[in-house]
Amino acid sequence: MTNVQSIPSPSIPSPSIHGEDRAHEADHPTSQVAKFGADQPLKLDCGVDLAPFQIAYQTYGELNADRSNAILVCHALTGDQHVNNAHPVTGKHGWWDTMVGPGKPLDTNLYFIICSNVIGGCMGSTGPASTNPASGKLWGLDFPIITLPDMVRAQTMLIDRLGIETLFCVVGGSMGGMQALQWTAAYPARVFSTLAIACSTRHSAQNIAFHELGRQAVMADPDWRGGRYFEHDTHPHRGLGVARMAAHITYLSDAALHRKFGRRMQDRELPTFSFDADFQVESYLRYQGSSFVERFDANSYLYLTRAMDYFDIAADHDGVLAKAFNGIKTRFCVVSFTSDWLFPTAESRALVHALNASSARVSFAEIETDRGHDAFLLDVPEFFDISRAFLQSAGTARGLQKTGG
Amino acid sequence: MSMSSQQTLPLTGVEPHRTENLRSDHLLVAEMVQSGSKVLDVGCGDGELLQLLESRGIDGRGIELSREGVNRCVAKGLAVVQGDADTDLVNYPDDAFDYVILSQTLQATRQPKVVLENLLRIGHRAIVSFPNFGFWRMRLQLLVGGHMPRTENLPATWYDTPNIHFCTIKDFVQLCDEINVKMERAVALDLYGRPLRLNLPWWFWNMFGEQGVFLLSRGEK
Repeated sequence: MTNVQSIPSPSIPSPSIHGEDRAHEADHPTSQVAKFGADQPLKLDCGVDLAPFQIAYQTYGELNADRSNAILVCHALTGDQHVNNAHPVTGKHGWWDTMVGPGKPLDTNLYFIICSNVIGGCMGSTGPASTNPASGKLWGLDFPIITLPDMVRAQTMLIDRLGIETLFCVVGGSMGGMQALQWTAAYPARVFSTLAIACSTRHSAQNIAFHELGRQAVMADPDWRGGRYFEHDTHPHRGLGVARMAAHITYLSDAALHRKFGRRMQDRELPTFSFDADFQVESYLRYQGSSFVERFDANSYLYLTRAMDYFDIAADHDGVLAKAFNGIKTRFCVVSFTSDWLFPTAESRALVHALNASSARVSFAEIETDRGHDAFLLDVPEFFDISRAFLQSAGTARGLQKTGG
Repeated sequence: MSMSSQQTLPLTGVEPHRTENLRSDHLLVAEMVQSGSKVLDVGCGDGELLQLLESRGIDGRGIELSREGVNRCVAKGLAVVQGDADTDLVNYPDDAFDYVILSQTLQATRQPKVVLENLLRIGHRAIVSFPNFGFWRMRLQLLVGGHMPRTENLPATWYDTPNIHFCTIKDFVQLCDEINVKMERAVALDLYGRPLRLNLPWWFWNMFGEQGVFLLSRGEK
């Protein structure tokens, strides 16, 4: 949890102090990199063959002898591959330290954990912040539009490269959960189990609307420069900061904001009768905005939100979701949170109904919390218990033995 | 045949010491399910029966109304989803399971007849257990006490009970006739969870059975 007292009261995002680090990571990530040459293009849904391209990824734990204990973690919209290590740009701890590590539900003593930066991201996998080898310049808006299935297709190429035929589990929350579902629908034989958290099989109209708000904020910033800001040595930090602030509200809940901030003032007792950040909640949001622009590329934000907007598994199956999972053998665990209004429980329930109609083996738990969508990133013991038990049960079915710890 | 000789049920795959703490109706239900089959437990509570079934190599799934119950089941690694027998069974396709179990839940559904029909649409067989409202102690409480019966197994008062459709064994048998459901096996358990003797007449079961357990299949068309 962010300690609000320690947050300085910034004016809207200050110019990035890590801008150079961020730009460097896009081509030369502090990660392992799988490079794919012209002979192995990534066939994108928009019709473009992307080649060459690269995938930046991190791994934790060890792959067992029969290559049966690999878990692919799919990151959310603004996440990256640094699940369980210090972030190379911000220095902050891994984004899923609560879930991944020795003795954690995703136990690195038992499983081989892989997480790759999505295609279109800005932490080392090819995206709009990467250099286009054809021109020697950054891609920017010349980068082709990508989709969730494209991200997953790229991941299958990485998993092939790692010599893994079947993943023990694909797990993710939010956009990561969407990838997990896409993996399972498109490559059912390669996914033994799926843990889909706080997600949906399609992006709702409200969620598309919020994404459009974010994109318009970025593009309204004069520093965006038609997407070629890097050639002008700027970054649309104001626009991206506002996009992040709006998005961040959707990740929380009314109750959580009330509990954390209420109407409390920030470092003052009386209103200043100005547009300064008088309220703690304002200060908190500004902090969220400014810290985000340090590590995230604005164009990448446009591409990834677009990919989520286009996501609709049923649309590829005559509009019938159950057809996407017909006869599936994969074991599912679906988790939602009561206060998540971005991906409300009803969306998970629709998925579960479709899985039931396919006679899939599915567990579905709705967890009571007031922490909103972001609950999957936080310390929610019931969520950990359920994840752990699901993986243990699946591990027994898979014949995984304890390898230590 | 003495009562005590019927206490031990042939449960292959379950170690004797494990059966001691298990509910007798669960043991009876588990004994009715052929090993290796696929089972849906509707109203699976804490997943006790599902665990017993899985320990016998049965592919078990569950639906449970209460979120707490569901989460406890999922935390045991069971494939359980939150759902309502009255509204969510329609989502399951025909013939999806070998058995669908409705254990001590029928009386809490809004439309027992529709639920029963759904059970035998989804499953080739259904196993239904329910408290017998014709049990002599129930009758006595109403007749002598003049109040709605309450027992150890059904402790709720009339105003807070989830059980809105009580029936007697006789009522249930009539319903099965009405909707053309075939009874493959019927067992009445006494107050101590012991099966009543098979050759006793229905009226005796209806008076002395504390609960009924039925293995059902679809009748001839």
